[in-house]
Amino acid sequence: MVMMDVPTKVVYERPAVLDPRVTHYCPGCTHGVAHRLVGEVLEEMGEVGNTIGVASVGCSVFAYNYFNVDFVEAAHGRAPAMATGIKRLLPERTVFTYQGDGDLASIGMGEIVGAASRGELLTVIFINNTNYGMTGGQMAPTTLPGQVTTSSPTGRDVTRQGHPIQTSELLATLEGAAYVVRRSLHNVREVRRAKKAIRTAFEVQKKGLGFSLVELLSTCPTNWGLSAAEAREWVEERMLPYFPLGDYKISPAVAELDL
Amino acid sequence: MQQEVIIAGFGGQGVLFAGQLLAYAGMDAGKAVTWIPSYGPEMRGGTANCTVVISDEEIGSPFVMNPTAVMAMNLPSLDKYEQLVKPGGTLVVNASMVNRAVERDDITVVSLPANDIAEALGNKRAVNMVMLGALLANSDILSLEAIEDALANHLPERHQHLLPANKAALEKGAGYKAVPA
Amino acid sequence: MAKELIKGNTAVAEAALRAGLEAYFGYPITPQTELLEHLSLRMPELGRVFVQAESELGAINMVYGAACTGKRVMTSSSSPGVSLMMEGLSYIAGTELPAVFVDVVRGGPGLGNIAPAQGDYIQIVHGGGHGDYRVLVLAPASVQEAVDLTGLAFDLAEKYRSLVCIMMDGSLGQMMEPAEIPPMQPLKTEIPDWAVRGTDGGEKRFLTSINLDPPDQERLNYRLMTRWQEIEANEVRYKGYYLDDAEFVVVGFGTAGRVSLSAVRATRDKGIKVGLLRPITLAPFPNAILNELAEKVEGFLVVEMNAGQMLEDVRLVVRGRKPVEFFGRMGGVVPFPDEVLTEIERLTAGPLTTEGHPRDRWLARMAEVLG
Repeated sequence: MVMMDVPTKVVYERPAVLDPRVTHYCPGCTHGVAHRLVGEVLEEMGEVGNTIGVASVGCSVFAYNYFNVDFVEAAHGRAPAMATGIKRLLPERTVFTYQGDGDLASIGMGEIVGAASRGELLTVIFINNTNYGMTGGQMAPTTLPGQVTTSSPTGRDVTRQGHPIQTSELLATLEGAAYVVRRSLHNVREVRRAKKAIRTAFEVQKKGLGFSLVELLSTCPTNWGLSAAEAREWVEERMLPYFPLGDYKISPAVAELDL
Repeated sequence: MQQEVIIAGFGGQGVLFAGQLLAYAGMDAGKAVTWIPSYGPEMRGGTANCTVVISDEEIGSPFVMNPTAVMAMNLPSLDKYEQLVKPGGTLVVNASMVNRAVERDDITVVSLPANDIAEALGNKRAVNMVMLGALLANSDILSLEAIEDALANHLPERHQHLLPANKAALEKGAGYKAVPA
Repeated sequence: MAKELIKGNTAVAEAALRAGLEAYFGYPITPQTELLEHLSLRMPELGRVFVQAESELGAINMVYGAACTGKRVMTSSSSPGVSLMMEGLSYIAGTELPAVFVDVVRGGPGLGNIAPAQGDYIQIVHGGGHGDYRVLVLAPASVQEAVDLTGLAFDLAEKYRSLVCIMMDGSLGQMMEPAEIPPMQPLKTEIPDWAVRGTDGGEKRFLTSINLDPPDQERLNYRLMTRWQEIEANEVRYKGYYLDDAEFVVVGFGTAGRVSLSAVRATRDKGIKVGLLRPITLAPFPNAILNELAEKVEGFLVVEMNAGQMLEDVRLVVRGRKPVEFFGRMGGVVPFPDEVLTEIERLTAGPLTTEGHPRDRWLARMAEVLG
């Protein structure tokens, strides 16, 4: 074999804002992708040194270990309240929360609705993987009808266990919410679209246009009992019909943004 | 030397303000004072009362069971407080709003038709000032002048035009003297 | 500076603001609401932060976030709302952040009522939230003292990176008294090193109460507890009345303390040598003076607006050396001086005992009172 001297081009690099360590996330889980997208956006916007993150309780409880930005760790569900406290005192800083579905849409529903209705200048990265991942896969507010979890062992029975909450649709009804969209991380095309949405969300905050939230449909192969590849298909086949991708709230000022 | 006054009546009769005025006057005279209202739902349209303590030393309890003076603006207040006035104390009763005589004979009692008096003065809302005037004239809590000064000093700017009418009401009330027991 | 006649709630709000409060987060609840209302006007006027939160849970977590920036922040509530805040308080303690909260205590348990009470003593003084932590608890008995302790609360919170609670009761919140409020202090310009602010290219800071490795958590708890020892050594505050020649001592805090003062004076007028110990810091508790008194007086009467919560702390110090009796009213009922006077007379007339529990004897007497 002859080694040839060819010009090289960097096509993939870890964003410097992400700490070079192995994460605790399971193989095939899309938390890592979401982290990377947030990191890339903060770097592209030159916001790394200006950002304070608020981690939540759930699988992303250690998010603060992975981002080289100032970070705080909130109580379960309270990240939007904690972020409100920080942002109100440091209005020039960029503040984001990173929350899962149990954290945001169950125990923290009051806090997220409060923050959105007040139009807090926060960016929320909302991971929807239809279960409580960290505690071993219990039923979440986003668990699909019929979905088996460790606390809905015969499948979610909506007559007894209620219906999944469509969070983006719900928050979009609030006047203070300027930008609320749902994206997915199950394939390359959607990952690219997700990154654009995350960029827009941070720009909305930067420009003071209101509350911004990007819901990301994510995989949980471990708790779903699927391979990484199967999990991505599951998102496409099972989640998309119940959680359609789309822009649920684009305020007029956001619509005028030229990114 | 400590004076303890309970002012009681219906909400809207100026009970709380009359008490505050006493407290202001006491404060201006360099005394320790407390003013504490009954508060909460019972204040909405129901009975209201406040307790004012004026003292030469640090005040202990802001609540008193047996006040040295009571200003009863209506019948429920008379019923509630008549028996509680400290022997030798003062009870001022708004005769316009009660239909019975005072039973106690070991206290100074002043009974005056405060509503009618206020109305005659063309100032229906000054019932509390008429009553307060009578209280001061029949006790040694504070002088009438002290109250008038407190009014002038503490009435908000937007209410300063009410000063002459309030003074007139205080003085009219002060003209009523206790019936000897 | 001239005194003004001012309501306790309003006075604490204004005093906090003048002490350099930069952000307030709260939720309306009687009998505390005037505090929030006053700041809703004053804070925005001064370009400072006021947020009426979606709940007390939201409010305390906003305080948590705001405290992470190292600035002076506070919240206030009344008993049921403070219960809801307990989660956030534990997190703030676990993150070693300075923050001030006010509890204007009302009658409970449950929804209870809006009348003055002291039933939150155990919750505030001995914990409330989960885990090993202590809260500095200041218990004013007058509007002026509430004002003075408000400024102190912020200093103590920052000095010890600790939670400080100003525990009042509904009557102190609603009562008007003359008070002198200190002049406006400039806002703090120094930001503590630990506070988050954005790295600006420097070292990353992060603030958390999570310590998954138990030995790490143990080290943190050890630090919290040794700091508490320091607080116990330096920050005890109380006021004594007529203690020099006292043969009997009444112990009461806040409103129960000042109601007792009236009773003590009335007893003195009868020639009985009674004194009053009014703890101003409930945590740290004034153990030393109480211990000293236990050596020389004949007996104690603890008076509270609850079922004998501070009573246990008194008994712990007196350790059976002298009789301790108890008198309380509960659920929003405030004792009158006359009732306390009767209890003092019962104590001083004897016979005295160190047997049994004073609460049992008091409950037996209460059966008659309540019919």
